[in-house]
Amino acid sequence: MTNDIILETRNLTKHYGGVHALQGANFTLRKGEHVAIMGDNGAGKSTFVRQITGVEQRTRGDVIFDGKPVFFENPMDARNAGIETVFQTLALADQLDVPDNLFLGRELVKFKFGPFSILDYKAMRERTMGALEKTGVKIPNIRGTIERMSGGQRQCVAIARTATFHSKLTIMDEPTAALGVQETAQVENIIRTLKEAGEPLILISHNMRQVMDLCDRIVVFRRGRICANLDIKNNDITGEDVVAYITGAKTQPEYADAA
Amino acid sequence: MSETSHGIGGLSFDAKKRAWPNEMNVFIALIAIIVIFEILGQVLPYMKGQSLLFDFNTNRDGTILNMVRLKIIILQVSIIGIIAIGSTQVIISGGIDLSPGSIVGLTAMVAMSFAQTALVNGNPNPKAIFGEAWMDLPVIVPIVVAIAVGTFAGLVNGLLVAYTRIPPFIATLGMMVAARGAAKWWSKGQPISFPTEPFGAIGNGMSGWSPVVIFIGLAILFHFILKYTVYGKHTYAIGSNEDAARMSGIKVDRHKVLVYTIAGILAGLSALVLASKNLTAQAGMGVMYELDAIAMTVIGGVSLAGGRGSIVGTVLGALIFGVIISGFTYLRLDAYYQEMVKGIIIVAAVVLDQWRRQRAAARA
Ligand SMILES: Nc1ncnc2c1ncn2[C@@H]1O[C@H](COP(=O)(O)OP(=O)(O)OP(=O)(O)O)[C@@H](O)[C@H]1O
Ligand SMILES: [Mg+2]
Repeated sequence: MTNDIILETRNLTKHYGGVHALQGANFTLRKGEHVAIMGDNGAGKSTFVRQITGVEQRTRGDVIFDGKPVFFENPMDARNAGIETVFQTLALADQLDVPDNLFLGRELVKFKFGPFSILDYKAMRERTMGALEKTGVKIPNIRGTIERMSGGQRQCVAIARTATFHSKLTIMDEPTAALGVQETAQVENIIRTLKEAGEPLILISHNMRQVMDLCDRIVVFRRGRICANLDIKNNDITGEDVVAYITGAKTQPEYADAA
Repeated sequence: MSETSHGIGGLSFDAKKRAWPNEMNVFIALIAIIVIFEILGQVLPYMKGQSLLFDFNTNRDGTILNMVRLKIIILQVSIIGIIAIGSTQVIISGGIDLSPGSIVGLTAMVAMSFAQTALVNGNPNPKAIFGEAWMDLPVIVPIVVAIAVGTFAGLVNGLLVAYTRIPPFIATLGMMVAARGAAKWWSKGQPISFPTEPFGAIGNGMSGWSPVVIFIGLAILFHFILKYTVYGKHTYAIGSNEDAARMSGIKVDRHKVLVYTIAGILAGLSALVLASKNLTAQAGMGVMYELDAIAMTVIGGVSLAGGRGSIVGTVLGALIFGVIISGFTYLRLDAYYQEMVKGIIIVAAVVLDQWRRQRAAARA
């Protein structure tokens, strides 16, 4: 049973000075499972992601990834352990082009020579094209810099980055927030591809239809606490029910102290 | 932009297409400035149809170009150009370095002390600051010393910027003042002269072209490093979006130390060429060089906001600088005008950069 779990957090808590952004989050994710995190603006969703991915250091609590307690000092540690993340802020370098951004911090090199290792541009371009094809993301000119791209294209680049590398867990923080209808459909296709490949996903989204379509489970955050864990695959749960949990009209009995 | 820029529906990829390089604009500016001087040479009555770069009296040295002036133009920007190669990297990484001018002064003094010849016209060297055992050392000694002094000063800059989080402007301002003080302290303000012959050859060799060769050689080397190595990519990434660089696992602090250290080494090399060319070192050498170097980079299209620019641009910026200085001399205008115009050009380049960035931001 336990080795079926890819990620677990126990009592995960983050305070920013007096702001209790995340309080005692107990969360589990099974292998192959796609879970949505929902909640109002400022509910603590991104904070939760930042504690798991080593962007920030938690105030207290445990993170157990792939069976072992982990203490990621920085996002690279998390990435090396197999967690790929699309951050809400995207984390792209505006003046660089698409392959540069996909491989930022893990460039392919021809000759190893410390910091002066020679870049293998050709291989990075080819793998970038491969990743874009695999994810169905269409960007007219991968040699163009990010600053020249639309919000949707940037989002696509950030998502293609996670798809370029094999990972044990993918986290996407509002990946379709800035996207039009077609781009959103594309991102949803990428997510379906991950599901078919059995790769687990945490999806933060405000889009009820999307979450209902794509995910197995919804975890609702409210004012820094988890207030509901809804198995939408196996139970008859409507969008209105979820909204009721988000707004605080309803709270699951086991999370009663959250209200 | 063309309609392909919103492309999501069924457009093909293009791995080859590249944007119009910004260096092209700088190059056009260079040509435009040359053309203006050529036109002025033709229309100003007192110029009597002279030309800045061309020499139609080809039977003088057989070339249609005025090689003497061409040499002066490049030579006078080479030594500061070497510093500008370092400033380019610092500014691309999102920083600024105000110390190279003072590092030049200090390095020139120290390196020259290790380059003393024992006999001057058959008499003992009157200016040597160390004993006889330190005279007539192989030329490699002052070279290594110069690189070591530059490395040390740059390393201190880098450590201050990366680990104390003082703004680079302040950290390197401290170095600017301290290194100048150290240069004066080194020989109690006395100039140091009379280097060995091989040392003198560093900046005077190859019939006077050697500073140009060293400048262009270093420019090519660092152009390659910035374009084709991980170091270069990370320098751009940090200047472009430091948080993204950190989130991508780039060791930002360590990288900054390396960038400032390289800038220090280049300042040391510049001092070596300068002291050798002048056959003397003085504590006041290199004053304001950092500002000229920054001006060259900015004119060359390096953005003070970081993330943007190139060595090619900086070399073109240095040439624009050289052409303007020579052009003013050729028009027989006073040096005051030179400085005023230099000031205007620097401000214009920064305004242009800001305007370009605002346009990019508006598109996003
Ligand atoms: N670095 C910080 N310092 C202080 N407070 C912070 C910091 N980061 C987040 N917060 C606060 O923590 C709370 C949770 O923020 P978080 O970004 O996790 O919200 P979110 O659920 O992701 O919201 P959204 O849907 O708008 O993205 C907010 O009240 C926010 O103001
Ligand atoms: Mg958020």
